[in-house]
Amino acid sequence: MKGIRPRQRVNQADWNGYMKKRGAVAQDDILKRFFDTELPGPDTPISEVPMVALDMETTGLDERRHAIVSIGLIHFTLDRIPLSSRRYWVVKPPRPLSEESVTYHHITHSEVSDAPDLDEILEPLLDELAGRLVVVHFRNIERPFLDAAVKSRRGEGVLFPMIDTMSLEARLHRQTLWSRFRRWLGRPPVSIRLDASRQRYGLPTYQGHHALTDALATAELFQAQVAHRYSRDTLLKTFWC
Amino acid sequence: MDVELWEIRQHMGQFPPFDGLSDELLDAIAESVEIRYFKTGTEVLKLNEVLDELCYIRSGAVEVYRRRGELYNRLGEGDIFGHFSLMRNHRVRFPATAIEDTLMYFIPKDIFQRLCEEDEDFADFVELERPRLESVAQQQKKSNDMMVTRIRKLVTRYPVMVESTISVQDAAIQVGQAQASAVLVINEGSDNPRYSFKDSEGKTWQMCGILTDSDFRNRVVAKGLSPQTSVGDVISDHLITVQSDASVYEAMLIMLRSNVHHLPVLYRQRPVGVVHLSDIIRYETHSGLYLVSNIFNQASVQGLARLASDVRAAFVRMLQEGANSVMVGSALSTIGRSFTRRLLELGEQELGPPPVPYCFMVNGSMARNEQGIVTDQDNALILSDRFDPEQHDEYFKALARIVSDGLDACGYPYCKGDIMATNRQWRQPLHVWKGYFEEWIANPTPEKLLHSSIFFDLDSIYGEDHYVETLQDLIAQRAPQAPRFLAAMARNALNRTPPLGFFRTIVMEKDGKHNNSINLKRRGTAPMVDLIRVHALACGSKAQNSFQRLNDIDNTQLLASGVSDKLSYALEFLHMSRLRHQMIDLQEEREPDNNIEPENVDDSERHTLKDAFQVLSNAQKFLKFRYPIPAQR
Repeated sequence: MKGIRPRQRVNQADWNGYMKKRGAVAQDDILKRFFDTELPGPDTPISEVPMVALDMETTGLDERRHAIVSIGLIHFTLDRIPLSSRRYWVVKPPRPLSEESVTYHHITHSEVSDAPDLDEILEPLLDELAGRLVVVHFRNIERPFLDAAVKSRRGEGVLFPMIDTMSLEARLHRQTLWSRFRRWLGRPPVSIRLDASRQRYGLPTYQGHHALTDALATAELFQAQVAHRYSRDTLLKTFWC
Repeated sequence: MDVELWEIRQHMGQFPPFDGLSDELLDAIAESVEIRYFKTGTEVLKLNEVLDELCYIRSGAVEVYRRRGELYNRLGEGDIFGHFSLMRNHRVRFPATAIEDTLMYFIPKDIFQRLCEEDEDFADFVELERPRLESVAQQQKKSNDMMVTRIRKLVTRYPVMVESTISVQDAAIQVGQAQASAVLVINEGSDNPRYSFKDSEGKTWQMCGILTDSDFRNRVVAKGLSPQTSVGDVISDHLITVQSDASVYEAMLIMLRSNVHHLPVLYRQRPVGVVHLSDIIRYETHSGLYLVSNIFNQASVQGLARLASDVRAAFVRMLQEGANSVMVGSALSTIGRSFTRRLLELGEQELGPPPVPYCFMVNGSMARNEQGIVTDQDNALILSDRFDPEQHDEYFKALARIVSDGLDACGYPYCKGDIMATNRQWRQPLHVWKGYFEEWIANPTPEKLLHSSIFFDLDSIYGEDHYVETLQDLIAQRAPQAPRFLAAMARNALNRTPPLGFFRTIVMEKDGKHNNSINLKRRGTAPMVDLIRVHALACGSKAQNSFQRLNDIDNTQLLASGVSDKLSYALEFLHMSRLRHQMIDLQEEREPDNNIEPENVDDSERHTLKDAFQVLSNAQKFLKFRYPIPAQR
């Protein structure tokens, strides 16, 4: 993951308090509504938490130089991922698309040139996220990009708790005694990328790099992680960060 | 259709019953699917739970149980379950558990109902999930439908038609614009009533020819004709057509016989389309009929022999597509008959026309339409009563040799019992054959009948069919009145018994290389076929196929009610089991045989096999009792 800046660690012990505070000071109506919608508390069993899997395609990895091109999301719980709840937007980045990102995402110049600015879809986007636990694979893309994009358009950013399926995989494969032993032996670390992680749980391979497909893939992965490594009664605070 | 649903739609579209759905319905399903992951060992459906959804396995595997806890079915990727409950009382009757990590798609009830209402094939598919023995009869019906598919089903659009007075250039332009490969040529008038029809304005036209892509090449360009030549001057006067309600098979035979690739399809006298050989090939590739057409195209024994591997491929494909034993048996018999017919045609080409009329008769499994892939040839020649051995036998001996050697080369080895037309004893005029049968029936001993019982399955495949019919009539007339004959046949039918009663487990045979396996033909299907034949002879049935014989038997009071159904289920299961194991052999690149290996028999098959053996054993006991050897006079 070359090119990612070291980031400020976001680790809120009291997410519900943080959201309440942000709601009280928010100037923008849409943001205020978002922060005021109550999230499940840290001691809620994960089986009762409404969630939304989110994925973004961006033109690069640095939120200061690159921009969001597409956003996909789908609501889900531990029991169901209803496809009818899916949403997908292509948005026009303020900077033109580079050739590499076109081949990478299969999103073409013409698709992007007719697309709205992120500002126009911000309201439906935040309404879909409000009150649900956002689940992503690798939060260091979604979190800073969304924050920066909103800040530049509305003057204040968005920050909220997330469940990161990649860091859950890392806990299992990168932070155990066994993984340290493997590293000591000089073995390559276990891959925790989305598709590699899914394969470990017997999940099928999807054609990658479509924000909605990846959001769906992330939702399925989280169901699998809970089924294998946790339980339906595991509390939300175990997962969010 | 948004591209995001592609993954889901694409996957479902590959598997039955979704593979036959319209795009619109597939979209509607993908749109409404709900997904859930199940870890190995988790319950997917609980007994008596209310069920509002159809379950589709996207990846992984699931086992479905009966209420008593017996395994009902094991399902994998692309399979569905829950439709049974969904159609009945909406409570789970057969609980299901993931036996691998499984990703399930749930399809809501209202969409499921819409599918059943709007798509007949889908409705059939989900309806048919009944105990497997029971569903056999239904599938049989379906296969018959397939055999009578009308050629009009392959007509996709209206034919391009031009008047005979226009230039070949204009005709070529019209063919090109329509992206067709042939044009029908018509002119005004009605001097040929076979092809005259009225258009919407009441004008009378008649079709006078067809001009195909290759005609443009061969009849115009190659001849150096001007593009201004009128089409009427280049078409041939010989027109071959097919009626729209002819079967696909008939249409194919017409094409092959006449060596044409385009066939105008007529509704009465009116042309409704043009079918190209490739349309038929595309349609029939899967059914094995394509193979039949290919057989008739071969000009030499070598060419025919090269098709032998295609027979096996067609066999595997049929089983994979869910064919039952009747479908497989009749398809393989048709293929075997086609090989024989083509060899006879080649033989006649080589030897000239036969000096006296004859009938080529097949016996055994081919006559019963129950052929498998492990089979040898059983055939005979019935010659005209004008046959004079001095003068004519050389010809028929040579013909029999060509056919027999040819069949051996094509994967139908010589008969070990020498039941072949090459054997002089089985190459005789009709009156001698009548004598054979009269003698077998009037003065039977089990020993005498041991090697001739195969002749009581008999069918004509080439030549004077009525010779065989004469013999079939004779048998049907005499056999029911001949208790000693029936008793001798019954005695022979008991020579081979099913493995049964040994500590309630299957007994394996210990003969040489077939250690620890059981010969399903010798211990299952063959004794079953034998005993059905005895009953069929007793009731004067002229049917040859065992299932048809059972139908005839069922119409008499010979067996207690329900017994013939049981026999037919058991035979079907034994056949299928044998075929399935031959498919496994082929897939694992072993030479297929009639043995089944216990490691390839899962628990449910083991149980059903045991049931089938029990049915056979009971039926044999009854046979002994029903056809006792009469006291000597």
